[in-house]
Amino acid sequence: MSDHVNAEQLWSKPPVIENRWLRWGITLVVLVYAFFAIRSFEIDIPRIIIGLDRGYDMLLAFLRPDFVARQTHIVRGVLESVAMTATATLLGVILSIPLSFGAARNLSPLPVYLVCRSILMIVRSLHVVVLAILFVVMVGFGPFAGAVTLGFNSIGFLGKLLAEDIENTNEESMEAVRATGGSWLQVVIYAVWPQVVTRFIGLSIYRLDINFRQSTVIGLVGAGGIGAVLDTAMGRYDYNTAAAILIVIIAIVLAGEYVSSSIRRRLT
Amino acid sequence: MLEISGLVKRYPSGPQALRGVDLTVKTGELVALIGTSGAGKSTLVRCINRLVEPTEGKIRLDGTELTALDHRELRHARRNMGMIFQEYALVDRLSVMENVLSGRLGYVGVWKSAMRRFPPEDVRRALELLERVGLREYVDTRADQLSGGQRQRVGIARALEQQPALLLVDEPTSSLDPKTARQIMRLIVELVKERGLSMLINIHDVNLATMFTERIVGLQDGKIVFEGTPEELNEEALTKIYGEEDWHAESRSAQAETADNGNGEKSDEHVPLNTAEPGR
Repeated sequence: MSDHVNAEQLWSKPPVIENRWLRWGITLVVLVYAFFAIRSFEIDIPRIIIGLDRGYDMLLAFLRPDFVARQTHIVRGVLESVAMTATATLLGVILSIPLSFGAARNLSPLPVYLVCRSILMIVRSLHVVVLAILFVVMVGFGPFAGAVTLGFNSIGFLGKLLAEDIENTNEESMEAVRATGGSWLQVVIYAVWPQVVTRFIGLSIYRLDINFRQSTVIGLVGAGGIGAVLDTAMGRYDYNTAAAILIVIIAIVLAGEYVSSSIRRRLT
Repeated sequence: MLEISGLVKRYPSGPQALRGVDLTVKTGELVALIGTSGAGKSTLVRCINRLVEPTEGKIRLDGTELTALDHRELRHARRNMGMIFQEYALVDRLSVMENVLSGRLGYVGVWKSAMRRFPPEDVRRALELLERVGLREYVDTRADQLSGGQRQRVGIARALEQQPALLLVDEPTSSLDPKTARQIMRLIVELVKERGLSMLINIHDVNLATMFTERIVGLQDGKIVFEGTPEELNEEALTKIYGEEDWHAESRSAQAETADNGNGEKSDEHVPLNTAEPGR
């Protein structure tokens, strides 16, 4: 028994923040800020009660999804979303390849690297909804704006991840190809590309999956697809149709995720 | 055929790797570079085909001044220098055949090589080399499916597929077990002698160096401190290269092994068990 007591005195887990004042100070600041932040929202209790009532109506409607009333719109919306997704992914794949080679420090000279990295960084810093709003303004409502938005967003995603893969390739294999008298392009084709291609295919399929999911979101800001149909249904308080659309989206996303992950698992 | 004079390499960060190296390799000569890790062996070998850019000095290969070449001429010159690497440096996801054929990249255009359309004589030579190194049935196997020894055989075939005049070999056996290491060394030396190539091999295993080469060059802290035949590599020389230690075993085996070098070369695959680790 004395052993047990001694063991407790001999060692206790050191805290993450060693300074006791700093540790409690940070906790206090977080709690105080949270308190005032919530206060600033001017929460309107009667409004919430009315809202709960509306929420209940919506819930009831969702239990009776209506696929039929606006069937043609739903089908067209889904097809639009699929078309947007496919073109956007293709666009992203094609444009991200050269950018990612430029953005890999082990392949590109510093100026090229900096330019490509900056492009990727800017593209990635804009959220897909913000991009969608911009492109809707630039090219008008509809699926074309959506395709451009998703394509742009895909470039950032694929470009950055592929560039990182390229930077992690085996340097010795590159040296070996260079030592045979191979040119820069041959080093890329023979030593770099084989090392990254399967992961790039995997990433592209994953991106296809993400693009479909996002196509439903950007529809809400006017970029076409099934999201636009959902927005219309919600605007008309047609919750039965909205429920049907949500179910369709969930089904397609789950199916897409299943297919994409089972393909990716087979890539070695 | 290879003349190095006053070679200096200073890395931007860290110490001077080479401090004025003069070295000549004659046609058909097999030269071993020995020395501690960090003595500059690897840097020296890589300076020759300019995988590492030398800071100062001259390197002449068959009359061509390698350090003066521009990018294009350098690629041209590299075709004459095959290289074998420590960690094999194969492209794992490519097949054995693709790895061997990559030795021809200096001769085949970008588009044709990307489409894997190599001239028939290149493919024929690759098949012969794979037969020679005992990997004929692994032509379409992916390189990452092979064992260490097999992978180095692919590396050897790739270097020879280049049809080089000079073979640069960087620690070919240090990732291998002692028996495989001997088989690989024997194979390299046989192929080099058959083809009358010159070889500069950087190797930390003194026994292997004395067993298989004709001239030993000891590098210490970026400078050559010993040059001589395997027989001349005595305890005194080893101390100069590596520092104070008990070198009795190494120097004795050096003399013993050079004596039976001739016998050792004939058996290709079958290394008698009792000579697998002599002198230890």
